[in-house]
Amino acid sequence: MSDPATMSAAVVGSDAASGALSGPRGPKPRRRFSRRNVFIYGTLIVVALYYLLPLYVMIVTSLKGMPEIRLGNIFAPPVEVTFQPWVKAWSEACTGLNCDGLSRGFWNSVRITVPSVLLSIAIASVNGYALANWRFKGADAFFTILIFGAFIPYQVMLYPIVILLREMGIYGTLGGLVMVHSIFGMPILTLLFRNYFTSLPEELFKAARVDGAGFWQIYLQIMLPMSLPIFVVAMILQVTGIWNDFLFGVVYTKPDLYPMTVQLNNIVNSVQGVKEYNVNMAATLLTGLVPLVIYFVSGKLFVRGIAAGAVKG
Amino acid sequence: MDPSISIKNLKLSFGAVEVLHDLNLDIGKGEFLVLLGSSGCGKSTLLNCIAGLLDVTDGQIHIGGQNVTWEEPSKRGIGMVFQSYALYPQMTVEGNLAFGLKNAKIPKPEIKERIARAAKTLQMEPLLKRKPAALSGGQRQRVAIGRALVRDVDVFLFDEPLSNLDAKLRADLRVEIKQLHQTLGNTMIYVTHDQIEAMTLADRIAIMRGGSILQLDTPKEIYNRPATKYVAEFIGSPTMNFLDGRIEGGAAPRFTSDVASFDLAGYEFTPQGPQAGDAWFGIRPEHIIVGPEAAHSPFQLEGQVELVEPLGSDTLARVTSGGQRLWVRMDGQADITPGQTLPLGLTPALANIFDKTTEARL
Repeated sequence: MSDPATMSAAVVGSDAASGALSGPRGPKPRRRFSRRNVFIYGTLIVVALYYLLPLYVMIVTSLKGMPEIRLGNIFAPPVEVTFQPWVKAWSEACTGLNCDGLSRGFWNSVRITVPSVLLSIAIASVNGYALANWRFKGADAFFTILIFGAFIPYQVMLYPIVILLREMGIYGTLGGLVMVHSIFGMPILTLLFRNYFTSLPEELFKAARVDGAGFWQIYLQIMLPMSLPIFVVAMILQVTGIWNDFLFGVVYTKPDLYPMTVQLNNIVNSVQGVKEYNVNMAATLLTGLVPLVIYFVSGKLFVRGIAAGAVKG
Repeated sequence: MDPSISIKNLKLSFGAVEVLHDLNLDIGKGEFLVLLGSSGCGKSTLLNCIAGLLDVTDGQIHIGGQNVTWEEPSKRGIGMVFQSYALYPQMTVEGNLAFGLKNAKIPKPEIKERIARAAKTLQMEPLLKRKPAALSGGQRQRVAIGRALVRDVDVFLFDEPLSNLDAKLRADLRVEIKQLHQTLGNTMIYVTHDQIEAMTLADRIAIMRGGSILQLDTPKEIYNRPATKYVAEFIGSPTMNFLDGRIEGGAAPRFTSDVASFDLAGYEFTPQGPQAGDAWFGIRPEHIIVGPEAAHSPFQLEGQVELVEPLGSDTLARVTSGGQRLWVRMDGQADITPGQTLPLGLTPALANIFDKTTEARL
């Protein structure tokens, strides 16, 4: 806008060229600082700060030494950056008898999460596919019971499952915990997959049947390749859910096999000696890293899958 | 000749709702049968029953002389084409065509040969390596037809295959399907709600309503002698004109309405003969003679033009005569304007008269 004279001249010139159009023309100009924009962006920034501030405090604190923390200025950036707390949290912090840090819990969590996620998704996707496409007798009743299962509080089932696992001889083992996680993931995952498969065109399924494909062939060759987004959604739900689980981990395993979350709790809540805030912060961040990475890597697919499967249907 | 498909006392219910009522239908070898009806009449449901995609509640389905009522769709010797094409999106065109053959454990060289033959018939050789997403609607439907073609079956089922295409493509593919039928000589059952597709393609049309077949006959017969008023209204565009009146029975039956009274000499009654009572006198727009020639027809009227629709080849006009509205079809070159008064001529021999209570043709 530094030179209004040439601007208006240019406008007049182009008007003349295209046959003198007067009045509004082309895209409507928008004010950048309209009241609406200020309100929307203002709200978003405030909310973002609200969520980011604790994270900032944690990161900053985990990089400070204990003397600096004792000064009490929690928002100040570290004067002297040290990674010692992270190293300690990972490999030296003591929980109960062991002093090998969170690394033990991390590998336990991996050994729990990976099979649980794979198993529950594999079973639930077949469930959902059968419910959506092969309307077998009693399918509706089966589905209702399954969904009902999603609303029963875990606490009610806690002790019966202890007995069940004990009778099966897998109480206190990783296998038992994997089984529990797989079963408890079933209602929500089945619902998710059923809705997604219902939203796929039914004629595709009919065409495959005319083409002579059976139950497994249609599932593996037709449905699976079309369902990447919903598998990503299911994977994210399960990885974060199982990784963050505390209750089942503490109830159904032994101290040697505790998942990372239980171990984190034991480190943070240990009462002997000084409270090492920096180590606690680092340990917490380490524990939250896996779900965080999952979200960042597959966030886009997650949104697409949620839109495709869960909302519709 | 044995029928290629024979449907015996077929019933289908969804819970308490009976969708198909006691259907009987024989379709000859190499016949092109069109199931025509508005949405919800059960035509697609019937097709799905024939394909084996729906379990029937009662009755039998025979294809090629075999009772296939309990057979899997793939074992019935049918190929099916769907409205939404239903191509497998992750496979190439070639993969789509080969899928059914691989499932049937057909040796590879033969699969290749059949695909090549189908691609040649449908002129889609350049498309074989493409994915369905990279095809236009018409090309997709051609692939879908190809998928039925490679199965080398005697019966083709089409479920509104052209409904997702634009008008021009629809006309083109319609011709191709007819050509294909003439070349292959397969039995084809074709479901549509489009009367033009039905008239142009069919050897016989089955008009369905509410899960029953109202009339099963050649297109010509259905057009000229519709069995009921519903059929008469369903076929033909613009729809048949109906004059509201009465039939006077006797040796020389007459039709009387507010506008006119004339004798029905030359009208072909059904074997039951004329019955006195309230009736509709139905006449198609192109059977109303307009202009000076109207003087030669057995009965004449005068009508005032309300509305003109020039179509190029023809011109349609809506006229009123004594409070009754009639559509007439004229030559495309006819020069008429709203407000004009036209002489109209009716020929009872070309008309269809329906009883007012039963709506059946008299």
